[in-house]
Amino acid sequence: MKLFELGERTAQVHDVLVTVAELAERDDARAVLLESADDPALLRPYLNRLDLVVLRFSIFRDGRGFTQARELREYLRFSGEIRAEGHILPDQAAFLRRCGVDSVVLPKNGNGDPGLWEKQLRQFPIAYQRSVLPERAIGSGFRVEEAP
Amino acid sequence: MSVPVGHYQYDRIDRDFLQARIAEFEGQVKRRLDGTLSEDEFKPLRLMNGLYLQLHAYMLRVAIPYGILDSRQLRKLGEIAQHYDRDYGHFTTRQNIQFNWIRLEDTPDILRELAEVDMHAIQTSGNCIRNVTSDEYAGAAADELVDPRVHAEVLRQWSTLHPEFTFLPRKFKIAISGSPNDRVAARFHDIGILARPGDDGTPVFRIFVGGGLGRTPVIGEELFDSVREEHLLATLEAILRVYNAHGRRDNIYKARIKILVQAIGVEAYREAVEAELDQMELDRYRLTPEAVAAIRARFAIPLLEAPDDADAVLTQQRRDDPLFDRWVRSNTHVHRDPGHIIATISLKPAGGIPGDATSGQIGRLADLADAYSFGEIRITHLQNVVLGHVRKDRLRDLWLGLSEVGLAEANIGLIGDIVACPGLDYCALANARSIPIAQKLGARFADTALQAEIGALRINISGCINACGHHHAGHIGLLGVDKRGEEFFQLTVGGRAENGAALGTILGAALPEDETVDAIARLVDCYLGLRESGETFLETLTRLGHEPFREAAYEAV
Ligand code: HEM
Ligand code: SF4
Repeated sequence: MKLFELGERTAQVHDVLVTVAELAERDDARAVLLESADDPALLRPYLNRLDLVVLRFSIFRDGRGFTQARELREYLRFSGEIRAEGHILPDQAAFLRRCGVDSVVLPKNGNGDPGLWEKQLRQFPIAYQRSVLPERAIGSGFRVEEAP
Repeated sequence: MSVPVGHYQYDRIDRDFLQARIAEFEGQVKRRLDGTLSEDEFKPLRLMNGLYLQLHAYMLRVAIPYGILDSRQLRKLGEIAQHYDRDYGHFTTRQNIQFNWIRLEDTPDILRELAEVDMHAIQTSGNCIRNVTSDEYAGAAADELVDPRVHAEVLRQWSTLHPEFTFLPRKFKIAISGSPNDRVAARFHDIGILARPGDDGTPVFRIFVGGGLGRTPVIGEELFDSVREEHLLATLEAILRVYNAHGRRDNIYKARIKILVQAIGVEAYREAVEAELDQMELDRYRLTPEAVAAIRARFAIPLLEAPDDADAVLTQQRRDDPLFDRWVRSNTHVHRDPGHIIATISLKPAGGIPGDATSGQIGRLADLADAYSFGEIRITHLQNVVLGHVRKDRLRDLWLGLSEVGLAEANIGLIGDIVACPGLDYCALANARSIPIAQKLGARFADTALQAEIGALRINISGCINACGHHHAGHIGLLGVDKRGEEFFQLTVGGRAENGAALGTILGAALPEDETVDAIARLVDCYLGLRESGETFLETLTRLGHEPFREAAYEAV
């Protein structure tokens, strides 16, 4: 498994990764795997002990993970690491980061080239909306500087 | 360079962003060609940049945000039609322009040419927030309460490469109007927004959700009556967040927000949106007066000066020239300034292809816009073109200029003003050819005096159930169906997209293609025979019901 860091937090490796259903039984679990259909609010009772939430993308077109990440950051104030894995594209790097994702498991095909991910993170100098990151506003409008 | 009137003026930051987007797309094309991106992966990425694969070639759909262009941009579109397409472009019902004969390898170059004039193809397709549409008379109409373009631009910017909402279950269309007379079909959009002034003068927004046409036509329902300006973006984010999390992804025909709203009910949807708003850090989403002012400042305002006798001159000219008078009657709208008038130029010549314009016509339109309307051009959702600010005493000169290039058809809002999708001539999904039937109907009712006599009557044609031609919303709607390999058309009547939005209902069995035009002609004759004085087609239909029209349409079949 090759990890790529999107910028915010350093990626940590965890030996135990459990599903949401398993969390209640496993007091030792510090990392949980969220499927796209899982409601992040289910993690509320466990947030204090969780270091890592992994969002699984079954296909890159299914964008539920972006909303899950934002809910974790914005509603649940989760301050640990969020990681995306599964079918993801380098073209999604900045979207993931701006929704609060810190790292990705690089896909094992051409989409896993770290150079592409690196490049994509720097593709756009600005963005046209606020995100969960503390990005600097440009002037009095709502454009922000996108700093990788 | 003078500042263009009518749309947001880009600054260096916006231009750098466009260049970055083009570079990104160019990289994506390269990865597709070298195989690192599969076609399945490339497809959504190219769609998000307006590039479709059609029956015979690629099609590029270029965004015309809220339908407004300046003459420099229009000329560029004409050049692209000439160099990269077959010398014409097609204006769509969502205020975009499409080029139907594009080569994949040419697209980065075309995008670069577009960027020279601050244009792009961003989010004109794909399962993301699409190009925002607005009222074609925005900032000009006398009946307007709030100029919707500033907020349309706010929405354009906010939705551009939105990190959370770029991989939605399905496409997402937003329209915004600031007039009590709905000219945007607000209730046929995923989100329809009607702006009006609030108590303190800042706008408030009425928001409809879950409307749409396609194979499951639904009229949007009111979600909120009065959203304050500062909470506009927060509210839209909350609506989209609920949709992104809960919209169906297992069946593309059930993936639009309308299906979710229907499934859980508008009350439950509202509660879900309110639950999001309760948890959101509203400050982060606040649309501040300063942000709105910063965008408003980048719109140039036309200096509307007209001689005192402008109105009198026009009145006299109309009296002197009945042909001109007929055009003024059907093709103009009241401007907020008494010395000016709004002129709609029909792209529906009798027997022509609705919405098509040649590069020659496009260039001429740009010249006329420069001469008569501050260089500003608007594209309507009915595939026509508007010059928004014409001095009344110069309207006749404009009309003469239009006549020279065959663009003086007097049929706006009349039976010749047909909306049609591309149909089987271009589209892989089609059951029938929409364009030839539109041409035949146009030819049948070519006489503009007859059209004026018939009065307000809209025909909409779709080549299949996807309803790109909005047949459900036509006063008379035609839907192409395939019966054992033959083209048939199903007739609906009574649809409307204006105030009092309604879906058309089926009149009877589908008709073979070669009987359809005659049937419609009989239906129209029937209306002319039965109407009481001053009654429109829709009013007569409402009074008498389907029966007489059914009998007339099917009498000879
Ligand atoms: C020829 C290529 C085209 C194809 C393959 C195509 C395909 C489709 C499909 C599949 C839908 C239904 C989507 C849904 O309901 O989820 C749709 C909707 C729509 N299309 Fe097209 N279309 C094409 C061209 C056009 C053109 C040229 C126009 C404008 C004149 C247009 C306007 C629309 C509109 C307004 C809708 C929306 C109906 C709604 O969302 O409520 N389309 N199209
Ligand atoms: S309505 Fe059908 S035939 Fe017409 S453009 Fe849309 S998908 Fe194609």
